[in-house]
Amino acid sequence: MHIVVCVKQVPDPEAAFSMFKVDELAKKVIPVPGLRMVVSPFDEQALEAALRVREAAGEARITVMTLGADSARAAIKHGLAMGADDGVLLADPAFEDGDAYTTARVLAAAVGKLGDCDLVLTGRQAADWDAGIVGSGIAELLHMPVVTFARDVRVSDGSVRVERVVEDGYDVIEAPLPAVVTVSNELGAARAPSLRETMRAARKPVVTWAAPDLGLSPSEVGAGGARRVLERLFVPEKNAACELLDGATPEEQGAKLARRLLDAKLL
Amino acid sequence: MVVAELSAGKPTSLSREILGLARRLAAQVGGPVCAVCPAAGAAPTSELVAFGADRVYTADEPVLADYDGDAWTACAAWAVRTAGPAAVLIGHTTSGADLAPRLAFRLQAAAATGCVGVGLDAGMLRFTRPCYGGNVRETVSFKSRLAVATVRSGCHDALPRDASRRGDTVKIPLDRTALRARVIERRRESNGDVRLEDARIVVAGGRGLDGPEGFEVLAQLARELRGAIGASRVPCDLGWCPHSMQIGLTGKTVAPELYIAVGISGAGQHMAGCGNARNIVAINTDPEAAIYKEARWGVVGDYRKVIPPLIEAIRALRSDEGKRHEAADTRR
Repeated sequence: MHIVVCVKQVPDPEAAFSMFKVDELAKKVIPVPGLRMVVSPFDEQALEAALRVREAAGEARITVMTLGADSARAAIKHGLAMGADDGVLLADPAFEDGDAYTTARVLAAAVGKLGDCDLVLTGRQAADWDAGIVGSGIAELLHMPVVTFARDVRVSDGSVRVERVVEDGYDVIEAPLPAVVTVSNELGAARAPSLRETMRAARKPVVTWAAPDLGLSPSEVGAGGARRVLERLFVPEKNAACELLDGATPEEQGAKLARRLLDAKLL
Repeated sequence: MVVAELSAGKPTSLSREILGLARRLAAQVGGPVCAVCPAAGAAPTSELVAFGADRVYTADEPVLADYDGDAWTACAAWAVRTAGPAAVLIGHTTSGADLAPRLAFRLQAAAATGCVGVGLDAGMLRFTRPCYGGNVRETVSFKSRLAVATVRSGCHDALPRDASRRGDTVKIPLDRTALRARVIERRRESNGDVRLEDARIVVAGGRGLDGPEGFEVLAQLARELRGAIGASRVPCDLGWCPHSMQIGLTGKTVAPELYIAVGISGAGQHMAGCGNARNIVAINTDPEAAIYKEARWGVVGDYRKVIPPLIEAIRALRSDEGKRHEAADTRR
């Protein structure tokens, strides 16, 4: 069995937002220098799901794949240190300023080039743009079934069984392989890289492919192929007019709050 | 075109909001408002029309009342190819968030998910949505002829029900060869009587509750207010409460009249799910918490000490009010 996990490198989403600057003119979010770049947490959980599938199956090859600049190599290294077997870095200046559509296009072409993939796993959304489009896009482009928002992923007899999170519970869904599954936080925490795997990671093979390796022309990828036009990027204004209800005792505070709620006809 | 979801045979509140949004957009650019609702029989169809649809596309398959990704995508794609709309608007639920990207890719369109604003600017559709964990908003337009968007609840108003509106129905032929992923089982858990998304009052807890016991204190307040209980992501991930209670970017979106955030710091990813609440109350021990920037009223203190007297005070005020009304009634 061959599992491909698509991951994205993002500025650490756990960092306080004061570590980011929004340049409204350039329409870019700029992390302060030195802010840690990490694997988007849902993608890390997709890696975790892949490792669990391998443990249950006894054997599987896990490829960690990312689209990004050369610095995104660190995301692949992280996947290898968690236990993946090999990596694919999709790097080409032509990929820059793409959107969810062009990203899915490149990733789908790369999965196609690998050729023998049974299961594609990725996070439910990336922690920067929070769109949740690319996973389903890969599936549509490759004509594979897709199950989103997985909290549990199991493979048996040529099919994948997924517990898919919905508003008030979960659905159990079975899809024939090859298939795409996107992983949600309900799957549980991803394991930390082990020392043994980290040592081995340096020796695991990583290939780098550019647009021509995938049979894609520059007009199909990056800014040339993007369907999304970013019109505006801004920080929403906050209502700073909070009335703090102080009091000598919690009883006083509680009474004040109850009075405000009553006066606003909220009780 | 709107993709509508049903709950107990009726369009959900979010579906009604999106029909209202579609009507307002159609009023600016002309053209009809179509609704796709794979399960709709006669009664739901007339409800969709009463809330703004001119034409309802349905496979008339009751089994599709619950979301089935392959079937819904096939139905919606067929309806779009038939009707040729400029945009498909879908509720940002776990169903809509699954459907929108698939539909967009299948129809060579582009998608915007989790939108809080949809508008027209010089005839061009623009979509505003939270990103970067809810800390930033982006406004996008698309080069493709068709735009697909999911819209969060509480961002747009539904139209009043108008039973005199007339519309027609188009039957979608369901292509069964499109069905690959099968739903084996649907497991549901109940979090009390009040549905979180529809509740007028929501009491939500975060990391600051310090443990699962905190939700019992919240439950007492919620009961008193006849509200629902929610949570930020941390308590769900820690197993203090079920994930179905999660409010935020990756959980539910709520827009109640009153949102009481207890032990919630107010991170962007949480506020993306409750920022449209009309009134926010923050109860937190940390006076510097970001939640106070979004709240109308704030109490700095330990919720264990603040909530019990709050409940007492609410009871006392209500009983005073009751007596005043009684007295007024007697005088009349």
